[in-house]
Amino acid sequence: MNINKTRFWPTIYLIVVFILLYAPIFYLIFYSFNAGKYMHDFAGFSLRHYRQLFNDARMMEIVFNTFIVALLSSLIATIIGTLGAIGIYGTKNRVMRNVILSLNNVLMVSPDVIIGASFLIFFTMLGIGLGFGSVLMSHIAFSIPIVVLMVLPKLNEMNYSLLDAAQDLGANSWQVLTRVVLPYITSGIFAGFFMAFTYSLDDFAVTFFVTGNGFSTLSVEIYSRARQGVSLEINALSTLMFLISLILVVGYFMIDSYNSGRKAKKGKLSA
Amino acid sequence: MNKKLFYFIPYTLWLVLFVGAPIILMLLQSFMSIDGQATLANYQIFFGSGTYLRMMFNSVWYAFLITVITLVISFPTALFLNTLRHKDLWLLLIILPTWINLLLKTYAFIGILGHNGSINSFLQFMGFAPQQLLFSNASFLLVAAYIEIPFMILPIFNALAEIDNSLINASYDLGASKWQTLRHVILPLSADGIRAGIQAVFIPSLSLFMITRLIGGNRVITLGTAIEEHFLVTQNWGMGSTIGVVLIIAMIITMFVTRERKKGGNKY
Repeated sequence: MNINKTRFWPTIYLIVVFILLYAPIFYLIFYSFNAGKYMHDFAGFSLRHYRQLFNDARMMEIVFNTFIVALLSSLIATIIGTLGAIGIYGTKNRVMRNVILSLNNVLMVSPDVIIGASFLIFFTMLGIGLGFGSVLMSHIAFSIPIVVLMVLPKLNEMNYSLLDAAQDLGANSWQVLTRVVLPYITSGIFAGFFMAFTYSLDDFAVTFFVTGNGFSTLSVEIYSRARQGVSLEINALSTLMFLISLILVVGYFMIDSYNSGRKAKKGKLSA
Repeated sequence: MNKKLFYFIPYTLWLVLFVGAPIILMLLQSFMSIDGQATLANYQIFFGSGTYLRMMFNSVWYAFLITVITLVISFPTALFLNTLRHKDLWLLLIILPTWINLLLKTYAFIGILGHNGSINSFLQFMGFAPQQLLFSNASFLLVAAYIEIPFMILPIFNALAEIDNSLINASYDLGASKWQTLRHVILPLSADGIRAGIQAVFIPSLSLFMITRLIGGNRVITLGTAIEEHFLVTQNWGMGSTIGVVLIIAMIITMFVTRERKKGGNKY
């Protein structure tokens, strides 16, 4: 792809796009250090909004809740999703396999409001109270398909004769799973876990529907505070969230490059 | 082989309980009146009264505008990004904002577009009177497009990256201009990426509800906003589900229209 020999205008265009993409984020971060009270008229540097944030017991509890939900839901979704992917991999009937895969993707393409509203009906029908449990279950539910989509390609790329060889050498199916299959697909499992974690941290709409009154996550809390107007505490929070996202991205790519590096090394050794 | 089934149990339970059951329940709910009687009234009201139909067309129209805006901005971006040396790194920088909580990005615009925000300060600096920017249709379009742009760039970028350079060189060798190459070689070869991008932007745009609340100030009503209102404010779940079913149908139509076309069809 090399159609542009003259680089000037394309470069300007890209710079503008990048500025537009990042301006709102840095705008938020910039005003989190404002000594004043509003997202305008910068009155000098101050960390008071960070202090206020850390002294806000309710907000701290919500941050804690959000991370607990994200961690638990992504762990459980990773386990169920990985087992599901192994199951799909083992399904040799093509039609059946395609049906399962399409069903798997239903929650990936459904709009959030539909997922939220239909889960609300579902929980109410079953008499499950709204709160931590319903939020956790919803997050597990919408994270499972992404784990499957991350793990399945790794399985497909695995040579089936590996499994035959393990069985021929006397491994039982548990040993085949833990010693052959799982090590092979580890990078896919980690990728799935990371994606599930960020999905959960990021979700607003589904949580908003199934959260009830007592329990809240960050997105829902930010929504209700933002409706009341600007509070620079939220800016301070977004700076911290931005840093966490950065760490997650870097972590994800380090795992990714570590895995591909290891694979390349292994390939060299065996060659 | 029975061991395989054992792995499958939790996943199958998930498929039945969280994929199948909620959608079926929503479909059933859409045929219920507010006091639990089976009825077709919700659909009659939806398609009979102008209010809901107008709301639906409005929602589709806004989603269409958002899609067009993001496409117009994203295609050149993806095209130019592909010519850069460390293009994967730059792509990562395009994706990074999507990892930041949606609510925070929307919240930033409350500050930027507010009465005393940067844009108004800039307008005043240039000698204009401050404008009411927040709670307008334009601000809704701006924020929605901002949020969706990376989801449009990504699939187009991937489609463009797959194009064989020799095809483009061949086009030039055969005397095609830049524009002709773009129009007759690059555009058709990246069509699947464009379709995937449209799908990734159009469907969520139909259902955005928090942007309409925070930025649109309830002036823009989308299908998503209407569903939220019926479920959580007026508690009319039947009507909410009916709108939900309409949204699902709209989604299926969108997916059908933007589906990946088979390569090497009977086009030639």
